[in-house]
Amino acid sequence: MFAALGDETRLRVLAKLAKHGPLSITQITEGEEVTRQAITKHLAVLADSGLVHDVRRGRERLWEVELAPLEEARRCLDLVSAQWDRTLAQLKDFVEAEDE
Amino acid sequence: MMMCNFSVALLGAATQYATTELHMTTTDRIEKQIHLAASPERVWRAISDAREFGQWFRADLRDDFLPGATVRGRITYEGYEHLMLEMQIETMERERLFSFRWHPYAVDTDVDYTQEPTTLVEFRLERAPGGTKLTVIESGFDRIPADRRPRAFEMNSAGWTEQLENIARHV
Repeated sequence: MFAALGDETRLRVLAKLAKHGPLSITQITEGEEVTRQAITKHLAVLADSGLVHDVRRGRERLWEVELAPLEEARRCLDLVSAQWDRTLAQLKDFVEAEDE
Repeated sequence: MMMCNFSVALLGAATQYATTELHMTTTDRIEKQIHLAASPERVWRAISDAREFGQWFRADLRDDFLPGATVRGRITYEGYEHLMLEMQIETMERERLFSFRWHPYAVDTDVDYTQEPTTLVEFRLERAPGGTKLTVIESGFDRIPADRRPRAFEMNSAGWTEQLENIARHV
């Protein structure tokens, strides 16, 4: 899932879906410099990671963002980040105490 | 109608996260910077000497750090004493770079983590006015299987679902 986010076009697609709600491939491709086929491939990668899913609206196929995996990704890194803050504070105390 | 409002709340949050991701361009790494009022020589010793490292990191490390070596020791941080720390030392460039690999979230004593992907931790030192600028980078989270994420995080996730359900009930 983290790997799915490691591409600028995919991130833009995701941001677009998050901002504008369910969109068709045509709508997603608008303003992008890549082809509709490329967008389709990006959507497949995002769908595999559970970040988007498609919904049928009449004859139209729309794409919708899935929030939970993104939220999880952030929480995961936030937790590691907080651990490093604590650990580096211990290092700071250690080296600064001895220098005095 | 309820679904509609619910979606607005969701999309607001999603946009915020998607935007954050765009700026970060990756969720693969964490980067931290700290200024230490101690010389690079002093900081290097605290990082590259296994016994000193163990003192501030809080682990009982008895073997020397050497490139290519695997160093193990018991965690001494209160509440985590049942855990082992294992570091595969990679690079040691005096007063510049110390790097090693480890298993993040290796908190389940029943699991053998040895065959699992590792993250790379780099300590980068730079001389700075009044001391040392230390940058710590941990990267490779892409490769860590989802089921290795910390339990605390699963609890948070459950909390988040509950929160959304509350929002749904109130709109």
